Amino acid sequence: MNAPLASFPASTRVDLLAVAELVAPGSRVLDVGCGDGQLLKLLEETRGVDGRGVEIGQKNVNECVARGLSVIQGDADTDLVDYPDDAFDYVILSQTLQATHRPREVLEQLLRIGRKAIVSFPNFGHWRMRRLLLFTGRMPVTRSLPYSWYDTPNIHFCTIRDFVELCREIGARIEKATALRADGSRLAFNAPMWAWNLLGQQAVFLLSR
Amino acid sequence: MSEASPTAAIRAAPVPPGPLNQADFPSSPVVRFGADQALRLDSGRQIENLQIAYQTYGELNSARSNAILICHALTGDQHVASTNPVTGKPGWWDLMVGPGRPIDTDRYYVICSNVVGGCMGTTGPASTNPATDKPYGLDLPVVTVRDMVRAQAMLLDHLGIDTLFSVAGGSLGGMQVLQWAAAYPERVFSALPIASGARHSSQNIAFHEVGRQAVMADPEWRGGKYYLYGTSPRKGLAVARMAAHITYLSDSALHRKFGRNLQDRDRPTFGFDADFQIESYLRHQGATFVDRFDANSYLYVTRAMDYFDLAADHGGRLANAFLGSKTRLCVVSFTSDWLFPTSESKAVVRALNAAGASVSFVEIETDRGHDAFLLDEPELFDAVRGFLTSAGRARGLL
Repeated sequence: MNAPLASFPASTRVDLLAVAELVAPGSRVLDVGCGDGQLLKLLEETRGVDGRGVEIGQKNVNECVARGLSVIQGDADTDLVDYPDDAFDYVILSQTLQATHRPREVLEQLLRIGRKAIVSFPNFGHWRMRRLLLFTGRMPVTRSLPYSWYDTPNIHFCTIRDFVELCREIGARIEKATALRADGSRLAFNAPMWAWNLLGQQAVFLLSR
Repeated sequence: MSEASPTAAIRAAPVPPGPLNQADFPSSPVVRFGADQALRLDSGRQIENLQIAYQTYGELNSARSNAILICHALTGDQHVASTNPVTGKPGWWDLMVGPGRPIDTDRYYVICSNVVGGCMGTTGPASTNPATDKPYGLDLPVVTVRDMVRAQAMLLDHLGIDTLFSVAGGSLGGMQVLQWAAAYPERVFSALPIASGARHSSQNIAFHEVGRQAVMADPEWRGGKYYLYGTSPRKGLAVARMAAHITYLSDSALHRKFGRNLQDRDRPTFGFDADFQIESYLRHQGATFVDRFDANSYLYVTRAMDYFDLAADHGGRLANAFLGSKTRLCVVSFTSDWLFPTSESKAVVRALNAAGASVSFVEIETDRGHDAFLLDEPELFDAVRGFLTSAGRARGLL
């Protein structure tokens, strides 16, 4: 179970790796919006976590259960209230924040249920987005965000700057953060905020209360 | 659907058929417990000389760690995956249990016992009371789901099985599964409650009461002593079954299957014969049921379900039932099940989450209602197979 971290499969998505690195081995983890369970499986195999998942799509839930993961069908917007305080060491919201109806409430729930929260999301402030909007005058459609505005599950896009502001508003402490370029490389931690917001295609935040 | 006239089949038969013979002499292995091993009941009373009838499939491994207990539903029995001795039909969970099936008898040792209060060989109202040498009838104490599970634990002790790899069942079977997980967490490695809940709702109790009143209103019921008169309340039991059967299906499935179609006729007869296909179907369901089930058992087992309330047994808080439990659970519900709706399963899931238990929850999209757990539902099979396979790996079985 507790394989060393070096054993991350080479094909693993960089954003999942960036999340996994923030998780202490052997901890209790809830992955909200766990999809087909890729991150949970990675965390179980490389971090030996006691992992649980919540996922809205039934096909994904069934797939997770068939893969041996403890996953329940549920909605991040409505079902997190059922969990007791401090139930997990980490509650993870991986690439899901922008698909929730009430991101602020969801974020508050994460920090209530978990001692720490890890949030990763696509940065709508990335220069490509800005360029598309500026030159085409239309909602950006990119390889990583391939949906048209009318059929996208992503209803609450934000920029890194927006997210940092939300953290300030709800009193969440940012313990660590990573911004990933389109090629998967990381921006320097001490780079200025404008650089993160312009060059980071995705961001990963470790939060605490 | 019925080819024979359903009304003819409801007519009272002079001699009680198969089930009553099965009560004392079942077509399956039995354990008889001595008077020193009485089954203590929630009512404060006890059953002496308890008999348990059971079936097994597959092989128990040398570590005795691959046993799966199947808990049957209201009118089920121990014949899960082999020909039913009364009906001659395949076992009731033949699709789920067997070689290569999701509950794979090539890997697991499957046990299923008839519930206490049943009529297929475990002590029930149709069984002979050793104290009187006559059928118990209503002299049998009322039993609960907890009592049923306590009896199953006695059977496992007798079989030398300390820990179950898993316990699985639907409906009343799912209630027993939850009771197992709550009462014997250390004896249950994994648990699969399907189309079930931690309590019987007011509506569910109401439907059961209609069924019981139908049985007791039949003059042939004779205060529950019909065995002594060589009769049985067939009409009452058939009506009970007809009413209950509606609750096992969904409105949309009924309409898809029968619509407003007429039965073997072009126009209504302006009478009270079975004009509609759905009437004919229900009459057939009622008529065939009375040939395989004892009316008093129907009273006892429905009562046991009514009394089930796991939260009430744990200080009013369902999560308390599972505190500190290491059992892995997989809760399954069906979208069109209005007898045990998804909300009841979700209440269980919430409690398990609150107790920090390891739980998966799958809601399966189907229009077949409560009965879906018995039917060919590929997503159900995938979930059960996946859950058991991962639990089997964790248990070192695979």
